Amino acid sequence: MAVVPNTIFSPETAARFDKLASIYPVKRSALIPMLLYAQDEVGYVSDEVVAELAKRLDLLELDVRGVLSYYSMLRTKPAGKYNVQVCTNISCMLRGGFELLDHCKKTLGIGHKGVTPDGLFSLEEVECIGACCWAPAVQVNYDFHDDLTPAKMDAVLADYAAGRGKDVK
Amino acid sequence: MPTLVSHPDEVKVVSRRFGLGAEAIDKYIELDGYKAVQKAIEQGPEWIVNEMKASGLRGRGGAGFPTGMKWSFVPKVSEKPKYVLVNGDESEPGTCKDHVIFLHDPHAVIEGTMIAGLAIGAKMGFIYLRGEYRYLLKIVEKAVADAYAKGILGKNIFGKEGVDFDIITQTGAGAYEVGEESALMESLEGKRGVPRIKPPFPAVVGLYGGPTVINNAETIANAPHILLMGGEAYAKLGSERNGGTRLFGISGHVERPGVYELPMGYSLRKAIYEVAGGIKDGKQLKAVVPGGSSCPVLKADEIDVGLDFDQMGKAGTMLGSGGIVVLDETVSIVEFALRTIRFYQHESCGWCIPCREGTDWLKKTLTRFHAGGGNKKDIDNIQYLAENMMGRTFCPLGDAAAMPTLGFIKKFRSEFEEYLAGARVEHPLIQIQPVGEPELAGAH
Repeated sequence: MAVVPNTIFSPETAARFDKLASIYPVKRSALIPMLLYAQDEVGYVSDEVVAELAKRLDLLELDVRGVLSYYSMLRTKPAGKYNVQVCTNISCMLRGGFELLDHCKKTLGIGHKGVTPDGLFSLEEVECIGACCWAPAVQVNYDFHDDLTPAKMDAVLADYAAGRGKDVK
Repeated sequence: MPTLVSHPDEVKVVSRRFGLGAEAIDKYIELDGYKAVQKAIEQGPEWIVNEMKASGLRGRGGAGFPTGMKWSFVPKVSEKPKYVLVNGDESEPGTCKDHVIFLHDPHAVIEGTMIAGLAIGAKMGFIYLRGEYRYLLKIVEKAVADAYAKGILGKNIFGKEGVDFDIITQTGAGAYEVGEESALMESLEGKRGVPRIKPPFPAVVGLYGGPTVINNAETIANAPHILLMGGEAYAKLGSERNGGTRLFGISGHVERPGVYELPMGYSLRKAIYEVAGGIKDGKQLKAVVPGGSSCPVLKADEIDVGLDFDQMGKAGTMLGSGGIVVLDETVSIVEFALRTIRFYQHESCGWCIPCREGTDWLKKTLTRFHAGGGNKKDIDNIQYLAENMMGRTFCPLGDAAAMPTLGFIKKFRSEFEEYLAGARVEHPLIQIQPVGEPELAGAH
């Protein structure tokens, strides 16, 4: 196995990538998890990330970009430190998902895929996140917040702004 | 954190350990965990498949294919390694049952995966969760690590010479289409989640070209219970040709939304009015989407039907993924149909033209209709488009978009006609898009 000199990732992430590239019957299977973990660390999938993952998995950069462009959670531009993802799909829609989205737009002063000027928050309208029975639901990064109202949403945002929010990685 | 709900009519099989701390391996073992897999090792593959067949268990992902039969399709001898692939890419709007399984009973999924592996002669299994379920992945990862530490996974499991089983866990990165089994394999191989042409079916040529059994996480989590209680006993819990129980996620306009485990064949009316506490705020029921957003809608007077695959089929809809979405009298079907189709348009992988173009035109037509710019031909056009998507795509996503659309038009045609005549949604939820203007920033 060609040893890939680590260039942009932390030693922990680099070690995780070495392991990921070794456990599957075919190395390429590690691509999607690696893209996610790289994004978690770098903030988005940069050109440098694409180049290094391609090298690590013996793929063309084109292969990596093809996969990258398919999955909705992967992004090629930085998001806010806390990416607020509001579900408006049917179950959430019926229980106030759109109201919540509008509330977030007003409170944060940004639209869909916008980032606040301080880089703290970004906002996204997302499709079903699998929390239908606890609707309306929002994910901040990977953390779920269920059964929300605009007032509860304000409290959630205030927690993150004050550095008290849970940041699941 | 999802709240656990309970109702006296529930029959708890798969949810038996929910809320009891069974995510910890010692607790799981205390609650009869990993007994079924040991029994399976002793009894052998034929016995496992026979018990699964006797149980009448049908795939809980939505298609309802008999699980025992699926396992029996895998060739006994294969040059390439065989695999078990657990589909936890739960993405059908209205569905959140696997969410609670991974949260409360991850070892049941692991044990079920091992049982499927023993049945087909696989030594490796994959548990694939949707990308949004990162916190659940961590729970499953810990469970897998604990199982390795106890010698339950790995080489010579339970000290049995030559019995090996490995499990790899990972998540996707956001794609509804990857819930389709062949697209799931593509995604696991590190590619775009585009479906494969069938045949060959995964049981013959699957993951990495090897024979592969792909089951929904709930289906897999049922396997240990079936082997412990016996296939026949499990079958008796349900209705004819629909063995056992099922996790139903009841959401939308009900008093007590939640995931409830009910016997197959349980009355849809009772599920809504008794189990979930009836319609929220004393309002009237308007419609029910009974099994995730791809199932044709039922009107308020059509809910005296049993919740199993066959009875729902007779009622002109599907049991689907068991996500029951309840709509009260205030919901505009035009708006609900638009939101539904926006999802499918967003998620179409773009390979098959009827799906790619069909969902896009349905979205465009419904968006214009919703904005008040519809014309007389639109209703028929929507129907025509949807009818021409049905059965003309490689995977069921095209059908999944067409079926609910046809249902809305068929059951609520008068509402579309009234809308055309000037009736409007009093407080539109979806932003009205001015006719003839480019798509608003933020709409997708």
